[in-house]
Amino acid sequence: MSFDKLIVTASPHIKAGDTTPRIMWHVVASLVPVIMSSAWFFGISALLVIAAATLGALITERLIGRPGALHDGSATITGLLLGLSLPSGFPMWMAFLGGAFGIGFGKTVWGGLGQNAFNPALVGRAFLQAAFPVAITTWPKPGGSFWTLGGDLFAWPFLHPVSDAVTGATPLGLLKFEKQGTPLTDLILGTTGGSVGETAALVILAGGVYLALMGCLNWRAPAAIVLTVGVFSGLLHAFDPAKPDALFMIFSGGLMLGAVYMATDMVTVPVTNRGRWIFGIGTGLLVVIIRIWGGLPEGVMYAILLMNALTPFINSATQPRVFGTPARIPS
Amino acid sequence: MSFFGGFSHGVHPPEEKDLTRALPIRRMPYPATLVLPLRQHAGKEAKLCVKVGDHVERGDPIGLADGFMSVPIHASAAGTVTAVNLWPHPDGSMALSVHLAVDPFAPQVPRPRLVPKWEGLKVDEVVKAVQDAGVVGLGGAAFPTHVKLVPPKGSIVNTLIINGAECEPYLTSDHRTMVEYPERVHFGCRVMMHTLGVVRAVIGVEKNKPDAIAALTRTKPADLDITILPLTVKYPQGAEKMLIKAVTGVEVPSGKLPVSVGVVVQNVGSLAAIAEVFDTGMPLLERIVTVTGHGLMRPANLIVPVGTRLKDLLAYCDGVRPDAAEVILGGPMMGMALANLEAPVIKGTTGVVVLAAHETRGETVYPCIHCGRCLEACPVFLNPSLLGDFARVRRYPEMADHHLADCMLCGACSYVCPSNIPLSQLFQAGKAALRRIPQTGAA
Repeated sequence: MSFDKLIVTASPHIKAGDTTPRIMWHVVASLVPVIMSSAWFFGISALLVIAAATLGALITERLIGRPGALHDGSATITGLLLGLSLPSGFPMWMAFLGGAFGIGFGKTVWGGLGQNAFNPALVGRAFLQAAFPVAITTWPKPGGSFWTLGGDLFAWPFLHPVSDAVTGATPLGLLKFEKQGTPLTDLILGTTGGSVGETAALVILAGGVYLALMGCLNWRAPAAIVLTVGVFSGLLHAFDPAKPDALFMIFSGGLMLGAVYMATDMVTVPVTNRGRWIFGIGTGLLVVIIRIWGGLPEGVMYAILLMNALTPFINSATQPRVFGTPARIPS
Repeated sequence: MSFFGGFSHGVHPPEEKDLTRALPIRRMPYPATLVLPLRQHAGKEAKLCVKVGDHVERGDPIGLADGFMSVPIHASAAGTVTAVNLWPHPDGSMALSVHLAVDPFAPQVPRPRLVPKWEGLKVDEVVKAVQDAGVVGLGGAAFPTHVKLVPPKGSIVNTLIINGAECEPYLTSDHRTMVEYPERVHFGCRVMMHTLGVVRAVIGVEKNKPDAIAALTRTKPADLDITILPLTVKYPQGAEKMLIKAVTGVEVPSGKLPVSVGVVVQNVGSLAAIAEVFDTGMPLLERIVTVTGHGLMRPANLIVPVGTRLKDLLAYCDGVRPDAAEVILGGPMMGMALANLEAPVIKGTTGVVVLAAHETRGETVYPCIHCGRCLEACPVFLNPSLLGDFARVRRYPEMADHHLADCMLCGACSYVCPSNIPLSQLFQAGKAALRRIPQTGAA
């Protein structure tokens, strides 16, 4: 018998199989079909934009993040989600910069994984929206040859982009600025203008279902967002038929991508289930308010970022009732 | 769900009970040396009453109860006291222990003693007999059993709940006790119901032990109101408050004892030990220990003399496999890992689990990503994620404000944590720090 190599750990001495990197890489795996659908609709330009954003995120994490942090997969998610939320033909250097900003200012300065208050991908996108408002709202039309290099992909940094691509508009933009609807089937299948990864609602939904089945996604916040947007915009539509109907609101823009992949970012949404419902309802209300009454056609990004800011308050308001106590503890 | 027949939250680790669940209880031969710590129970440790060179028969006391919250320790074999010194204790400390050189040719027959007729005894006489026999809770906590026979003044006990959940992975000692000695469980139950003056008893058994449920049902006395209640298989079903919730649907108020809801909980093994006291007059000299694990050559359910050193016990089970990595006293969820196998089996040792290397926790710890899995696991509805954040920066008073005292260190949160954060250990440290604060005057 040899007992010279006994280890001693604190209890419990066994552990369930899931690890944080495994959760993160599951999310990455579930994004692969979304990336493929973006390539299907927008060709190689979509892949180049996503690659540039991801590269920006990964290099920044490697340079200023915790040692070995690349391995946990969270920076990859940030880069992919940012890339998926950009238009095809978006200058690659800008996408790269957005990924770097998202990781640098959205995550690393907070203290790395688990410490940030705001979704890093959305921080990167908000930065790009502020810095390059024209480029980020130039929406090349889906379709065309796979190898067509759209827009200003290879524009040099800080030189005025010369756009000669065929551009269209997003369904939300069409509705807001030109009072023009889009058929629901196009919205669900993804054959509309928009960010490369946000158009195919069904593929995104399938990714979310996969994650939920793998136990890597809490369905409450996305469900609350979709329900709230549906009910709120349905009511508005009932009173004023000129306003868009519920299904249009749910399947257009970045709602599905935001609900499934950004309102489920464990780090930046409330930790309690009740908190996740509140987070989702708040996000849904803000989305409708911004889309209907705001100056922008789309509001998912700001809605989620605003609710991210409320997350600590939602957390402390929804602490669980401790076993054997009559009411919730105030905190 | 919590509405009916269960408690909320909890986890379901791999049961791993197949290694020993069907193995009948066998007696282990006496080892050459026994080591008997004077502290084997909750409460005050026993007072030494032998000296080096003394000869003791099997069943003679070597330590006497020191007050009511204490029990005596008996020699678990006939032999000679060879030393009294500080020796590795299963809890990791060094404790005063009596060493016995077991007489290899002794008949191991205890001195004749009067077996008390329990029916005729007054409550305090039953209590005295149980205390003198050194009976403690055999489920792990080793709380003196006779103390539970005397509910605090002014409290009313209406239900005796018997804990046959055995929710820890690997362990099957309670399981085998119920399968092989169901009459003893019922007899112990009868004595306890009589002493407590309750008319209703419920034996809670997890559904993964159908043979135990069948054996208890078959042998159930017709004149007693004993219910055998199958429970969902879930950890920590065997925790007192969870079991009470599962059986009665009532939550024991935070900071209160089970008796505050009219319940006393006792483990099946302890009932069998009580039965022994009033059946043969034997004190608690040995216990059933599950020796198991994927790192062990020959798993077994054994009757082990109290004081058997772990190295002797493991050697009897043909030793460990090459990939054995960790030796745990008790189950893998709440048990204690030991580095020194000189430590003995004591009254509270439910099992010895030898984990293979691939079963142990990895060393890499990731930051908390607030996934919320610990909240869904915590059986007392704490927020382990938040408590862990407080613990990391040593904000112990905040931990107390967030009900750290209600944490029973079941380890469900650490078990599910994908970031491998040792939450349970942090909480243990937090509890220890909070105990120190009033003494040092800091707050």
